[in-house]
Parts: sequence; structure tokens; C-alpha cells
Amino acid sequence: MADPLLRVKDLVRRFGGITATDHVTLDVAQGELHAIIGPNGAGKTTLISQLTGHLMPDSGSIFLGGEDISRLAAWRRSALGLARSFQITSLLMDFTAADNVALAAQAHHGHSFSFWRNARRESGLRQAAQAALERVGLGHRADVLVSRLSHGEQRELELAVALATKPQLLLLDEPMAGLGVTESARMVKLLQELRKEVTIVLVEHDMDAVFALADRISVLVYGRVIASDVPAAIRQNEEVKRAYLGDQHVVTAHV
Amino acid sequence: MKHSFDARTAVTVLLVAALLLLPLYSQLSGNVFALTLFTRIVILALAAASLNLIMGYGGMMSFGHAAYLGIGGYAVGILAQEGIGSGFIQWPVALAASALYALVIGALSLRTRGVYFIMITLAFAQMAYYVASGLARYGGDDGLTVYKRSDFAGLINLSNRTQFYYLCLACLFGVVFLIWRIVNSRFGMVVQGLRSNEQRMQAIGFPAKRYKLVCFVISGTMCGLAGALLANNTDFVSPAVMYWTRSGDLMVMVILGGMGTLFGPVIGAVVYLVLEEMLSRVTEYWALIMGPLLLLIVLFGRGGIMGLLGRFSRG
Amino acid sequence: MLLVVEQFLNGLQFGLLLFLLAAGLTLVFGIMDLVNLAHGSLYMMGAYFAATFVAWTGSFLLGAVLALGATLLLGIVLEFSALRHLYGRDHLDHVLATFGLILFFNEAVRLIWGPAGLALPLPAWLTVPVPILPGIHYPAYRLAIIVVALAVALLLYVGVMRTRVGMLIRAGASNREMIGALGINIKLLYTMVFGLGAALAGLAGLMQAPILTVQIGMGENILILAFVIIVIGGIGSIRGAFLAAIFVGIIDTMGRAFLPNLLRQVLSSAAASTAAPALSSMLIYLLMAIVLVVRPEGLFPANRR
Repeated sequence: MADPLLRVKDLVRRFGGITATDHVTLDVAQGELHAIIGPNGAGKTTLISQLTGHLMPDSGSIFLGGEDISRLAAWRRSALGLARSFQITSLLMDFTAADNVALAAQAHHGHSFSFWRNARRESGLRQAAQAALERVGLGHRADVLVSRLSHGEQRELELAVALATKPQLLLLDEPMAGLGVTESARMVKLLQELRKEVTIVLVEHDMDAVFALADRISVLVYGRVIASDVPAAIRQNEEVKRAYLGDQHVVTAHV
Repeated sequence: MKHSFDARTAVTVLLVAALLLLPLYSQLSGNVFALTLFTRIVILALAAASLNLIMGYGGMMSFGHAAYLGIGGYAVGILAQEGIGSGFIQWPVALAASALYALVIGALSLRTRGVYFIMITLAFAQMAYYVASGLARYGGDDGLTVYKRSDFAGLINLSNRTQFYYLCLACLFGVVFLIWRIVNSRFGMVVQGLRSNEQRMQAIGFPAKRYKLVCFVISGTMCGLAGALLANNTDFVSPAVMYWTRSGDLMVMVILGGMGTLFGPVIGAVVYLVLEEMLSRVTEYWALIMGPLLLLIVLFGRGGIMGLLGRFSRG
Repeated sequence: MLLVVEQFLNGLQFGLLLFLLAAGLTLVFGIMDLVNLAHGSLYMMGAYFAATFVAWTGSFLLGAVLALGATLLLGIVLEFSALRHLYGRDHLDHVLATFGLILFFNEAVRLIWGPAGLALPLPAWLTVPVPILPGIHYPAYRLAIIVVALAVALLLYVGVMRTRVGMLIRAGASNREMIGALGINIKLLYTMVFGLGAALAGLAGLMQAPILTVQIGMGENILILAFVIIVIGGIGSIRGAFLAAIFVGIIDTMGRAFLPNLLRQVLSSAAASTAAPALSSMLIYLLMAIVLVVRPEGLFPANRR
């Protein structure tokens, strides 16, 4: 079996008296769609933040493609092919959708210590931005200010921005948060297409989506991984059922 | 239905025209004071524009910008005192000294953010003030007289009021033009993005500190130019030009005019300084009015003058 | 030797005074998230009130107490009328608004007391040199400052660490909703805290008044030192402010006293006299710069990332 694209070993992070990440170990294979689920407060976002470099772990290591990135700054990890979408929409609100995506493309397209040429006229960046926007279905909203986009469109834009950095690993933190039924379905369809091109780690609460998409699922409870396996096994796992799904939740097969 | 009237553009054009024609007015009406007043206003507008680059576009609230006025000024003054009167040497030195100060102070200050950044830039500027006060050889507290203005080998005579005014105006427009190119460039996009959401920018791959520092240095260097001009204008430089309340004045000009707009700082400088001039004639206690006025502007005047004008524009 | 001890104590006294000022600033910032540049103006008012009331009543102690009360009252009025509208706003708004207040205060003082400074003479019983060590005497007044400031610092410590109100204070700005849910009158709490901060500033001002001249703008110079202390001591930490204040006070005072001589040993006399005053003033800023390089969050920060 090939080396995993992402390897997390014994990751620990404490906040005062609380252990938010408790010796977390997990592997994500290349091309996999790996979901991370768990009750609120389980430490999912803390884990993602440590993976992207916005938070430093107290101990443990993170390997991306075999390289130790445990202490690397966030922007360096982006250069290595790690992209993230945020749980709470984190976009440049006073810019247009196209500007947001173009900036992401710009970061990976040569240096930005260019002071004279108008960046908005760079056809290379604009085309890359338009392509990413059309991928997520926002091509027609390119020149709209982010603050004027609907919540669902903003979630899609988050995805477009992440894609524009040409990642090998995509970390998605609750991309469906706050989406309605139609929008969720659209997002699931989008992720089905994306998974063929890029490895995805998906943090989600929407169980329908998780069981429809995931190759493997890790369950996080109180900062610990209590199970990490294929969806079928997770569904049968007693501990998981007790801790998270609850006995009354009978999860039906989504085939 | 599209209205083409844009109050902002109209006011900007009027202002530029007025500034260009001022010496003519001064000559015709015999009002020399207007020329000297507006030379000072133009120079401080340059300083305000440089501050707007980091504050309005970059989101870095520096409360120590007046330090560059002093550094640029002392570069001219000290060199003049030591016998080097050529502007071709003085001004590059002023720019280089400002850039160096900005590099060191920026590298230190940008390790903090928010209020702490404000406090630290303030503290370092005050340090510069105290250092200058301690330079007994160069006048210390009393300041340093600049007996001869910068010499440009006959290209331009700085002692001629009109020529000097147009030089300052050219510098102002030049700097504003440069800022316009910069904010729309790749670099400017990054800096504006950092102001908007730094975490997001880091996540897509930009090393924030690097870009902020470069922006900080550019801004400081531009203000150093204003410092050199100011020393020539007053034929004098003293630590007082760096006193922290002067940094506050510059901040007010930027905010009053409208942060993050190209001509906002120019408008802000004109309004603030003309107001100060007028009020000080009316009453000796003009600061008594200025204070609460500032308070009111902050509480109610979002977006400054440009913002206000924007609401009168349609289209 | 005598000089060293004396300068050390002077530094300690200065540092404690700075602590009083910094503590007020940190409290207000920590709880109401308010950046108050006019804090220095309250310090100045404390001094001016003291000079005036001592002259009126003829008694140093009575004048001092009245001045403290007046500054406290001024602080409360200020919070109630103007500053409470700034809560929740951008810090830049705070900076500008309080900057405007500084201009206002400086001008108002000029109107009422005139542009020249005031003097506050000490009563005879406070100018007596006190023997603290065999052969070493120290002015009673400066000793009094040290004692009073330490007492206040202790009171603050006990008050913040051991009382219910102190617990609320430590809960901090982030738990405003929780405080409200506890049924406590937030507005009153905030006014009280601001009043406390004003009183601390006023106390520092009135105690410093007999030593330095009472003049317009005295608040601004020392306010910046308070900022430096907060940065060095650590974000949100009163204990850090205490330690940093003492440290800064001692370094600044002893630096100014001994650096010129030290420099003269190493450099030529001319170079030393040029460099010495500039370097002495730069000393604490250099210190701040070093802390920023080594530990940007300060030496004793309340939280860590």
C-alpha cells in the first residue's frame, strides 16, 4: 500500500486544562475522501487548524506526502498543496468573487512583489479565476461583491478559492453549514466530481452527505479518535453509536 | 436610469484645479500668505497620502508616522549644517534614512497587531523625538535652522516661492500616482487582502508579514520626502515635528478625508489645516473646539468626506 | 554607593508610579476593551487638582484626598457622558476620540490655570530625610510614595484576586454576556471600573506633582511609558505590568544617572556628551524592542496562542 498523503501521528493540543486534541492518529490515502465526524466540541476545527498551520500542536507530528509539516507556517503549507475552506465563511468581503479567487491563483502563480502592472488586467489570473468559479457553478456571479452573495454562494466560493490554489489535499470544514436541501445536494454532487482529482478531508455534520461520499470515516469524541474505518464498519461500531449517533439513529444504506 | 454625476470626481477635479492655479491667485491678489499656507498643506497632504497607504489600504494603524517628517527633515538639516547643501545628496539620504527606520521599526512592530501595534509605533516615534532632543550638536530641543535650502544646481530654485510650491505639488501628485499604481498591482491586491482578512490570505499562501513590511517601508520613505520638503519650507527642523500629537494630526487628516480612497488624504489635509487656520483666527482656544469636533467625526462620520460625497453620487 | 542606592530607590518609586498608571489603563482595556489615550489627561488633572486644593486648604493631606475624589468624579462623568458610546467600536475610533479629548483637556487646563505650570510645595514634615540604612538617608516623601503605591498595589491584588467583583473583572471583556446573565448591572460595573482607573491615574499624578512640575502635556509623556510597560509586561496581565513597571522604572532612572559616566569611560568625552542623553532616553525603547524580538506577547502574558 502506497504511503498515505496525510499522516497525523499522536497529535496533542491543550488549552489551559482542556485537552482539545488527545493523541490523534490518522492516515489519509491519496485520492481518498476521508470524513471526520464527531459531536460539537469534539475538537474537529482545532484539528483542522493544526493541519493547516493556524494553530501549533503541543506535541505530535503531521506529514504531508512524507514531508514533516508539523511546525510549518500556514502559508508554506499552502505552497505545498494544502488548501482549506473555513467553517465560518472567511472571505474578503469587500472584494468581488472573481477578485477572491484571482488572489488565490495569484499566490501560486509567481511572486507578488510587482508594483506597477494592474493585477485585475492579468488575463492568466482572470481566466484561472473564471475557470474555478464555473467549476463550482458561480461563473455568472463573478463580478458580484462577496457581501452581496447569498450564504450558499459564499460556501461555494470558499470551495472555488481553495481550488484555485491547485491543491493536492483539500481540507473542508463543514462546507454544508447553513445550506438548504437543494444547495446541499448541489454541494454533494460537486464533491463527487472533485474527489476524482484531489484528496479530500471532510469535516461534516450532515450524515447523509458523509455516508454518501466518504471512503473512510474517523470519529472524533472529546479530542480522541474512537474509530477510523470504512462507513459500513462505522455504522456497526457500538462505541460510535453510543457516543455520537445515538442508539435511536438507524442509519440506512445510501447506495 | 444612470446618472453620470459623481460628486467625488467633481470635488477632486475642482481641488486639483484649485491647487494648480493657486500661485496665480496669489500673484494676482497679492496674498502671499495663501501661497505659504498651501505649500505647507500640500507637503502635509503628501505625508497623509503616505499614511493612507498603510492605514487605509493596508489596515496598519500607525501612530508614529510623524517620525518620518523628522527623519527626512533632520537628514536635510544635519547635512546642511555639515556643509553638504546639495539636494542631490540630501534628499536621497532623507529617503534612505526613512526607509531604514521603517524597516527596523516595522520588523519589530509588525510582530504585534491591533492596539499593541498602535502603541508600539507611537512609542518608537516618541523615542525618535527624544533622540533628536538629545542631539545637542544639532540644536537639541531648540531645533536646527536650515540656512540654505537644498541646492539643485540651477535646475530649480527652492527659494523661489512659486517654484518651490510647484515642486511640492509635483511631488504630491507623483506620490498619489505611484500609490494608485501600487494599490492596483499584485502587491496592492495582497496588501488590501491582508487588511480585509489576514487569516484567509495566509491560508491561500501569502506570507503576511513580508508584504506588510514592504508596504510599511514604502510608506515611510514617501513620508521622508515630505520631511525633506518641510524642512525646506520652514527653513527649520526640530524634534517638535515628530511629537506624537503630530502623528495624531496625520491620522485625523486621513480619516477625515476618507480612508482607503486615493484623494481622501489630500482633501482631509486641506480641510483640516484650513479649518485649523480659520479657527485659530477666530479664537485663541481653537483646540477646545477641535477636540470635541474630532469626537463627533468619529462617532458619526463614517467614511470621512469621500464617504459623504459618495452618498451624493448616483450611478 | 550612596548614589546607587538613592537612584535605585528613585527608580523603584518611579516604577511604582508607572504601575499605578499602567494598571488603570490595563483594567479599562481588559474589561471594557477601551483604548483610552486620555488616561494621561486624568493623570494631569490629578496633579492640577492637587496643586489647587492644597493651596486652598493649606493642608497637603486634605488637598490630596480632595484631588483624588475630584479625579474619580471627573472619570465617572467622562465615562458617563462621552466614553461609554465608544464601547464595542473599532480601536481606531477609540484612539481618535480620546486623542480629541486630550486636545480638549490640554486646552481647558490652559484656559483655567494658564499656560505656565504650577508648583506644589511639600509640607515640612515630608521633606525630612529618613535614615533607611546606616549612613544612608532618603527623602521622606519619596519613601511615602513607595509605601502608598505598594499598599495600593496590594489592595488591587487582593481586590482582583479575592473578591467577587474582582472575579468579574478577571472574567474579562469576553464574558460580557455571562456577566449580564448573572444579573449584574454591566453599565454600573463599567462605570465603576473606569472610575477606579481614573482614580489610579489621578493618584499617580498627585503623588508625582511635588517632584516634577505640574504642566500641560505632562500626561502624554508618561502615557507612552505606560504603553511600553504594558507591551513589555504582557498582554492583559496586571502582574506583568507590575514587574515590567518596576523594571522599567529602575532601568530608566539608573540609566539616566549612570550611563553618561559609563560612556565616558569608553568613548571620548565629546562623543559621550553627544551620545549619552540620546542613549539614555532610548534605553527603555531598546528594552521594548528586545522583548518584541524575543517574546512578542510580552514577558508574562495572560493567555498564550
